[in-house]
Amino acid sequence: MADAPQLPDEAEVRARWGAFAWTPANAEKAREIMARYPAGRQMSCTIPFLDLAQRQVGAETNTQGWLPVPVIEFVARELDMPYIRVFEVATFYTMFNLVPVGRYHVQVCGTTPCMLRGSDDVMAACKSRGLKKGHTTADGLFTLTEVECMGNCSSAPMVQINDDNFEDLDYDRTLAILDALAKGESPKTGTQEPGRHTVEPLGGPTTLTAMVSENHDYRGEW
Amino acid sequence: MPKLKVDGIEVEVPQGATVLQACEAAGKEIPRFCYHERLSIAGNCRMCLVEVKPGPPKPQASCALPAADNQEVRTDSPMVKAAREGVMEFLLINHPLDCPICDQGGECDLQDQSVAYGRGQSRYEENKRAVTEKYMGPIIKTVMTRCIQCTRCVRFGEEVAGVEDIGAIYRGENMQITTYLEKAFKSELSGNVADLCPVGALTHKPVAFEYRPWELKRNLSIDVMDAVGTNIRLDSRGRQVMRVLPRINEDVNEEWAHDKTRYHVDALVRRRLDRPFVRKDGKLVPATWEEAFDAIAGVAANAGSSVAAIAGDLLDAETMYAAKALVKAFGSDLLEGRQTGMAYDTSSLSAVAFNTTIAALEEADAILLVGTNLRWEAPLVNTRVRKAIKRGAKVFAIGPQVDLTYKVEWLGDDLGLLNSLPENLAQAIDNAKKPALILGPGALKNGHGAALAIAGAFQRAATETEAAWNGFNVVHTAAARMAGLMLGYAQKGGIADIVAASPKLAFFLGADEVDFSKFAGSFKVYIGHHGDQGAHHADVILPGATYAEKPGTYVNLEGRVQRADRAVFAPGEAREDWTILRALSEKLGRTLPFDSFDELRAAMASEVPALGQEGLAEFAWNPPSLASQASGPVTYPVADFYLTNAICRASPTMQRCSAELLHGEDFAEAAE
Repeated sequence: MADAPQLPDEAEVRARWGAFAWTPANAEKAREIMARYPAGRQMSCTIPFLDLAQRQVGAETNTQGWLPVPVIEFVARELDMPYIRVFEVATFYTMFNLVPVGRYHVQVCGTTPCMLRGSDDVMAACKSRGLKKGHTTADGLFTLTEVECMGNCSSAPMVQINDDNFEDLDYDRTLAILDALAKGESPKTGTQEPGRHTVEPLGGPTTLTAMVSENHDYRGEW
Repeated sequence: MPKLKVDGIEVEVPQGATVLQACEAAGKEIPRFCYHERLSIAGNCRMCLVEVKPGPPKPQASCALPAADNQEVRTDSPMVKAAREGVMEFLLINHPLDCPICDQGGECDLQDQSVAYGRGQSRYEENKRAVTEKYMGPIIKTVMTRCIQCTRCVRFGEEVAGVEDIGAIYRGENMQITTYLEKAFKSELSGNVADLCPVGALTHKPVAFEYRPWELKRNLSIDVMDAVGTNIRLDSRGRQVMRVLPRINEDVNEEWAHDKTRYHVDALVRRRLDRPFVRKDGKLVPATWEEAFDAIAGVAANAGSSVAAIAGDLLDAETMYAAKALVKAFGSDLLEGRQTGMAYDTSSLSAVAFNTTIAALEEADAILLVGTNLRWEAPLVNTRVRKAIKRGAKVFAIGPQVDLTYKVEWLGDDLGLLNSLPENLAQAIDNAKKPALILGPGALKNGHGAALAIAGAFQRAATETEAAWNGFNVVHTAAARMAGLMLGYAQKGGIADIVAASPKLAFFLGADEVDFSKFAGSFKVYIGHHGDQGAHHADVILPGATYAEKPGTYVNLEGRVQRADRAVFAPGEAREDWTILRALSEKLGRTLPFDSFDELRAAMASEVPALGQEGLAEFAWNPPSLASQASGPVTYPVADFYLTNAICRASPTMQRCSAELLHGEDFAEAAE
C-alpha cells in the first residue's frame, strides 16, 4: 500500500478541525446543492459537499484545501449518512486530498499521450523548482502529484494547477508558469502555444477545410 | 415464469430469478465469491461467468443477469472454462500462498474453487501486493492481504446487521476493506462476516490457530443464549467444544447467529463446577456425591412438602420436568422460572408467546415495539424487523430510546401511551394489513394487560388469499422460558410467592439471577454448571451439564419445540442434570419413575404432549382479561448484552466484548 496516503495524526486533526462548520456563504451554497435533489436522496450531495468542504478548508488555510477526518464526519452528519460511506467516497476520488496540500496543487499528467509529447520535461521543470512528487515544498506553495489522463491529449503535455489547465507545455513554459505563480501572478490558462486558442489543429485544419470560412454541405461529395 | 435451457436441460424459474439461480435449478454448480443468497447482488468477483445466448459473444456474470425466456445457457463450454480459469488466475495474483497457516484452510471457497476451476499453476512472477492489517475488534481477526474484495462483509454490515462500520476505501489496486478508522465493528452480529468471508481475510479471532476444520466432530444443537432458539452446530474436538456455527433454519435464524451464540464456548471449559460441594461451617468444601446427597437427605427428611424448584434461563425441558416430578413427589408445586421477579399472567400461553412467528414478522407492515430493546433481547428478531422495514413497514416504539439499527418513531417512555394510542399510530395500525405488536420483557410487568387490551387491533381475520394474522407478540430473553411455562414453572405472584412460602429445601437449577438474600432461611441446592451467583450462595452444589453436554428439548419464544444433541461429556464428576435428580430422588426415598432419558422424555410428552413433538406448538388464542391500565417508564432487563448468563459471564471473549464494545475500554493492538 505504498501509494495510499498516511492519514495525519487523528488527535491533532481533531483538535484543529473538530469544530468545523459551514461558513454562512457556504451554508447558503450547501442549501442550494441540497435543493437539487429530491427529499430523501440527500446522499447525492456527497461529492459536491465534500468539494465545498475541501474548498472551505482551503480558504481557511490559504491552500488548495484537504479533507481532515472531522470534516468528512461533518459532511456525513449533514447528509445523515454513516461516516464510512462518506469516507469511502473521499478516499475513492483523487481530487479529494486526504493530506494537506500547498497553495498550488500541481497535477502533472503522465499518461501515454502526454508522456510521448514530453511530460518528462514538465516533470523535470517541476523538479528543478524543488517540487517533489507527493510532497509540498517547504514554503507551502506547491504540491506535486502525478495524475492519469485529464483529457487534454490534443494539447499535451499538460498540468492542472488548482482549477486551471495549462497545456502545450515544455520545460521553459512550465518554469514560467511556476515562477509566475510563485510571484503571485495569474499566468494565462489553457494552451501556452502562441497563436493557438484551444485545441484546434496547429497550422490550420487538415480536414473539412471547406468549412473554415463558411458552412459547406459535403453530402454530395460522399 | 421464464423457461430456459441450461446445458440442454430445460428449467422454469420464477420471474426475477437470475441465470445463476436457473443454473442451480438445473443442478449445475456455479462457482462464486461475491454472490450470496441473503445479500444484495454485487457482481464484482466475476467467478460466475457463463455463456448465454442470445447475448453478446462473451461470458456473462450469471449472478447479475436476469433469467429470460428462451435463453440458452452453457456452463460447460470451453469459453466458460477459460473464463473461470482467467478470473481465478487474476484473483490469485495478489492472494498470498499462506494456506498452511490460514485458519480458513480446509473450508475456504478460494481453495476449493481454485482446485475445481483453476489452472493449477501460476504464471505470475511479479511482486504481490500486501495490505496492512486492519483492526476490527475483539471478534474479527483480519489478514487483509488475503482479501479478494468480494464486499460480502460490507453488504452484510449495511443490509443485515444495520451497523455501517465496514467499507471499501481507496480504489483500484489500493482498494482495501476496513472498518471506519480501523475501530471495532460494533455489531452483535459481527461474527457472521467471518463466516461470510470466502477467503481467510476475516476469521474468528477468539479461536485463531486453535483448530483445523477437519479435526472437528459436528453435533446439532440449539442455542440457549437467548429465547430465539437459533439452530446451531457444535463443533468439538476431544472433550472440548471448539466453535459454534449456525445451521440454516429459515423459520428461526436463517443462517445467522449472534456473537454471544458463537463465542461463549470458551466458557464451557472455564469456571466449571466439576465436583460436588457441601457448605461446612459457612464454607463450601469439595465433597463426594454420597456426602452431598446425605446432606440434602438430612434436610429433606424434615422439609415435609416445603420444597421448591427455581429454574434457570438455560435449562432444557427434560431437566425442568425431572425437577418438577421430584418437587411433586414431595407434594409441593412451588415451581418458578422467572428468576428476576417477573410475575405476568400465564393462564394463556398465547398471551405470552410470539404468535406472529419470527419468519412471518417480515411481512408485517406496521410494527409497534413496547418496552423492548430488540437488538439485545433477540438480535435475530431484530434482523427480521429490518427486513420488514425494507419491505415498507413502519416502526413505532414505546420505551427509552436505544439504537435499534433502523429508523423508529419513538413515542415516549411511558406505558400509559398504551391506554390511548397516539393518533398517527392508531391510524397506521388501522390501515395496516399485517400490524404487529412486540411486547418486551421490560413492559410485561406494567404493560401486559394494556397490550392485551389493544391486541384486537393487531388481529386480522382470514381472507380468501391470506391466512389469519395474529400480530400480538411477546419477547422473552431466556431459552428455558417457554418450556418452563408449558411445564408450569410459574406462580401467580412470581418468585415472590416462593419467597413467601419460605421453602425449607430449594433447588436452584442453574438459576443465577435470583435475589438469594430472600432465601436465607432455605437450604439451597444448586444444580448447575458454572461457578456464578447460584453456586456462591448454595449450601450444596451438584455439578450439572451445560446445554452442550446433554441432549434436550428447547422451546423458543414462538413455541417452537426443538431438540438438541449432546456434543461432549461434562467435565470431572459433573453429570447430566436429569440423572442427578433421578439419583437424588432415590436417596430421598421418592424415586422418580424413569430410568432412561427416553423414558423421561416419554413421561414428559405424556404430561405436556406439545413437548413431545418437534415443531411449532399450537397455543389457542384466548387472552385473559387483565387490568388494562398501564403506566410508568420502561427499564430494559438486559443491561449488558454480552454478560447475560452464567456461561457468558465466564467467557473471556464475552468479557472482552463487553469491556471494549460496551464500556469503551481500549484494546486496540499496538502497530507492529
